[in-house]
Amino acid sequence: MTEETKTMRGLEAIRLAIEEEMERDDSVFLIGEDIGRFGGAFFVTEGLLDKFGPERIRDTPISENAILGCAVGAAMVGMRPIAEIMFADFLTVCMEMIVNQAAKARYMYGGQISVPVTIRVPFGTGIMGAAQHSQSFESWFMHVPGLKVVLPSNARDFKGLMKTAVRDNDPVIFFENKRAYYQTGEVPLDKNFTIPFGQARKFTEGDDVTIVATGAMVLESINAARKLEAENIHCEVIDPRTLVPLDKDSILNSVEKTGRLLIVDEGCKTCSVSAEIAAIVAEEGFHFLKKRIIRLNTPDVPIPYSPNLEKAIIPNAKLIQENVKKLT
Amino acid sequence: MNKDELPKDLSSDELIMLYKKMLLIREFEQRITKDAGKIKSPLVHAYTGEEAIAVGACAAINDNDYITSTHRGHGHFIAKGGDINSLMAEIYGKEGGICKGRGGSMHVADFSKNMLGANGIVGAGPPLALGVALASKMRNEGKVVLTFFGDGAANQGMLHESMNLAAIWKLPIIFVLENNKYGWSTPVDYATVIKDLSLRAQGYGMKGFTIDGNDVIEVYKTIKEAVDIARKGGGPTLIECKTYRWQGQTTMDADKYRLTEEKEEWKRKCPIEKFKIRLIKNEVIDRAIIQKIGEDTLEQIEQSVKITKKSPKPDINTVLDDIYKNPMNLGGN
Repeated sequence: MTEETKTMRGLEAIRLAIEEEMERDDSVFLIGEDIGRFGGAFFVTEGLLDKFGPERIRDTPISENAILGCAVGAAMVGMRPIAEIMFADFLTVCMEMIVNQAAKARYMYGGQISVPVTIRVPFGTGIMGAAQHSQSFESWFMHVPGLKVVLPSNARDFKGLMKTAVRDNDPVIFFENKRAYYQTGEVPLDKNFTIPFGQARKFTEGDDVTIVATGAMVLESINAARKLEAENIHCEVIDPRTLVPLDKDSILNSVEKTGRLLIVDEGCKTCSVSAEIAAIVAEEGFHFLKKRIIRLNTPDVPIPYSPNLEKAIIPNAKLIQENVKKLT
Repeated sequence: MNKDELPKDLSSDELIMLYKKMLLIREFEQRITKDAGKIKSPLVHAYTGEEAIAVGACAAINDNDYITSTHRGHGHFIAKGGDINSLMAEIYGKEGGICKGRGGSMHVADFSKNMLGANGIVGAGPPLALGVALASKMRNEGKVVLTFFGDGAANQGMLHESMNLAAIWKLPIIFVLENNKYGWSTPVDYATVIKDLSLRAQGYGMKGFTIDGNDVIEVYKTIKEAVDIARKGGGPTLIECKTYRWQGQTTMDADKYRLTEEKEEWKRKCPIEKFKIRLIKNEVIDRAIIQKIGEDTLEQIEQSVKITKKSPKPDINTVLDDIYKNPMNLGGN
């Protein structure tokens, strides 16, 4: 059976997923700043106000704690809210509702309730956002038991994982890579299409080097892998897609085959996603490794404004190619 | 209504129930204070002296209405109809606790009673109350939310975001400010310039009242009016209840930062004693009934301690249970 798909941008794939879930389930509603009349800072929710009305597409004042309080509180009594925090950088002003409330409520109240909230956050570089509108905070949330952390890299996965996030009964932080918003892909139109959490996606097959990448770094890695094919170096590009739960098996199985591991993520290097993955492989797959692990990250620096400076610090296909060669 | 009168909408049984509940909270807190050494947690906060607020406020709402509570939550738990055996066992960290020993004193919650949880973070209840009230509104349930918080929380940013959002959306919330004069050791008149914190309501375009938090009837009546407005879609109200925390911040706090004279002065304004005299004057109860209630209350607490002692410690093999509802390797319902 062939799958019916449509070419669309990442942000449209997210919108389609939200639209389908809102049609399917009355308890789903949206809350955030400028999401209704304006359509969202990145226009992800454009048109939804006309379709679902102001009761279910709720524009708020600039009050991130109130936004997430609303979402988490409503989830505690059976709603399925989707909250948008305009930029991941603004998570700092509402960490309380995520870390001490949403993540903890089920456990500390002895399993009496669950908190089916989805928190959408655009993140990453590429729009000259500078230090306070470009950050990649995903690793912070991997450190909080009780949360699920989702980070799709492309339009198809945006749709499938957003639908799963809304249906999941636990709090989900859904990281939306800004560059991936504008990249097009083939997106399934089947309303029952979902992607389970905890299943990595392999984009290329190869025996030489395993490249684990997230977000915008996935496409950079795929481009690098294609170039390396010409030099007879075969890479396996793996995107975990969800960081919590993390598909350790797919990563370890690939490293068992290749014996070489390069990890690429856009976050600052210290205590990053790459650090966690490197630690897992060192701990559980050390005997597979033929070479040291290499991690490519943004260095530990605030993101600069000027495009040439920003470009200089974010890993790219060329850097990935060079580093793959160091391992072969 | 003068200070001795009683409201006509409450029956004798209901009035006696107010007295019983206040006394139950008082004796419960006395017992866990006495047992603080056995309980061992330095983070158990007693509600002693503030009983009239929880009891008066919860009497003004229906069983299916909601409350959110604070780190000092035992009183709210009991006032909302929670079972004291499961409360006692929780504070002792036993499997029979309402949260199976996972939450402890600062996180007691009974969702079957719509008591949505004590909360260890000062000021975190009101933002959650927004969502609960919004859900009630979106589902046309007509339920209201009482969100309790203290004078300490009054200066938290989250509270102000919450009051504003509740006001613009006319959410059915009553902000119940328990001003017990201290945030741990910090006096309210150091922390704020204004005398009555209900003034804050004006800034959000809602009504605000400052009342005697040690008068259970005044609390009941004021909250009831606000509940009626909220239920009709009239939006939120802020009610500041002036009271006093009789004990230190916690059952293990040496409490050297407050003057004995001040404590004694407030003990003379005991909410339970005042209400008892009022009930006697109005011939709702007599000395014999009071004595019987006192004995029954102590017996009830004695029983709950016995039940708690028999309750097992939580099984360490279950320590990783209940972090997530959906299995980690499967998404979806």
